Amino acid sequence: MSDKKDTKRDDLDYETTGHSWDGIEEYNKPLPRWWLMVFYATIIWGVGYTIAYPAWPGVRSATAGLLGWSTRGAVAEEISAQEAKLAPINEQLASVELTSIASDPELNGYAQNAGAAVFRTWCAQCHGSGAAGAKGYPNLLDDDWLWGGSIEDIHTTITHGIRNEDDPDARYSEMPAFGRDGLLEREQIAAVSNYVMTLSGEEPQDASLVEEGATVFADNCAACHGEDGTGDRMQGAPNLTDAIWLYGGDYATIHETVTNARFGVMPNWNARLSEAEIRAVATYVHGLGGGEASE
Amino acid sequence: MSILDKHGILEKNVTLLALFAFLVVTIGGLVQIVPLFYLENTIEDVEGMRPYTPLELAGRDIYIREGCYVCHSQMIRPMRDEVERYGHYSLAAESQYDHPFQWGSKRTGPDLARVGGRYSDEWHVDHLTNPQSVVPESVMPKYGFLSAKLIDGAHMEDLLATHRMVGVPYTDEMVENASADFRVQANPEADYDGLLERYGEKVSVRNFDREPGISEMDALVAYLQMLGTLVDFSTFTPDASR
Repeated sequence: MSDKKDTKRDDLDYETTGHSWDGIEEYNKPLPRWWLMVFYATIIWGVGYTIAYPAWPGVRSATAGLLGWSTRGAVAEEISAQEAKLAPINEQLASVELTSIASDPELNGYAQNAGAAVFRTWCAQCHGSGAAGAKGYPNLLDDDWLWGGSIEDIHTTITHGIRNEDDPDARYSEMPAFGRDGLLEREQIAAVSNYVMTLSGEEPQDASLVEEGATVFADNCAACHGEDGTGDRMQGAPNLTDAIWLYGGDYATIHETVTNARFGVMPNWNARLSEAEIRAVATYVHGLGGGEASE
Repeated sequence: MSILDKHGILEKNVTLLALFAFLVVTIGGLVQIVPLFYLENTIEDVEGMRPYTPLELAGRDIYIREGCYVCHSQMIRPMRDEVERYGHYSLAAESQYDHPFQWGSKRTGPDLARVGGRYSDEWHVDHLTNPQSVVPESVMPKYGFLSAKLIDGAHMEDLLATHRMVGVPYTDEMVENASADFRVQANPEADYDGLLERYGEKVSVRNFDREPGISEMDALVAYLQMLGTLVDFSTFTPDASR
């Protein structure tokens, strides 16, 4: 260690920590006073924090904190505050006549917007974020309805769902699996598939089978789909004469449908959504373009 | 001079330093972790919880095997936006029979803690087979191969016994009947009274994929369709202090 360095240290009058490592010593430079004060203040604040909020474990339970704050309490408070804010309009929405919602501009505006939010959270996975549906999941933008397109019908469908096991009031019907269960011969299925194609004006795959198919249809299908194939909304039987298909209108898909049948299920939303939310989303769906007037 | 002035001994001896550092970290860990095992307000007993049925447990194993937890959490946090989107926030007790738990830490896809009953079985099959067919904007991979793989549940007894070893309260009867319970849950025409007797009424018995035989698809859909459905939140009052 050089003398020069020692001299410099002495000149500046620094203290050392007293540690000496292989002859190297360490200055003891105190922290700035303001910094030290802040540091002590955080310790005091920390002690206060653990008193005010849940913190210390005891023998049986932890301290609850003087402020009585809890995660669950906080979220419950936030939710109830929001509910209280919307309570008047939600109560109005849940209690008025379904058909009168559209004629009240304020209520309609609220229902459309709240319904859009509900739709994107709960319905979009099947019916698509734009409500255009997918194979097996109906398009809600068009005016073709399986179970009815009036606001009351849509409301009932959303409330109780379709063919689910959880709600005894769910809409229910079941198409027989004509092929799988042996109700029709293979030739008959081929014939009726060709006939069904002609109902909507498609070119049948084999025109020679259409006539026989018409007989098979009248004997087996007309009870639900109607003699003219226009369907029956009481049974959710689709209209077969339009160009809108839930599963597909080509020969192979119709053949598959007749053979194995379809069994589309929709959950009952009364278990998850409030009456106001159901009415809001029914209003939204009714307003998408295909909504029908009530009778 | 006090003991504080003897730190030179520690600082000059690396083995001793490591040992004391380990001691300090251990104390910190014990103080933070151990109370959670005995404090009453961290252990909540919730009505309705039951161990997984054999078919659900098999589905859960497929869920883990395919790494579903990498993109899907099973943990609804107590925040208003999450509660509005997914349903009631998750309770610790709802994971009590999960070994390991499936809380996850990343949501590329949505939370699945309460996905049970939210969609139809058919939707789950369509969606697992080709997610983009129902959700065009989805980035989820296709899992159609699950339908092709039939499973016989031959090792169900062992699987249940293993879970019992780590604390799931499977009874001897449940373990003995595991393979039979596994088969009847996917077959509504079979005699499934024993299954309901052992696991309670909240067990769905149906052919989940509507195809003959029990495939991995059946098991996974059975598992997904029961997630978050056991606790009845219309009668559950959360204790705010927990």
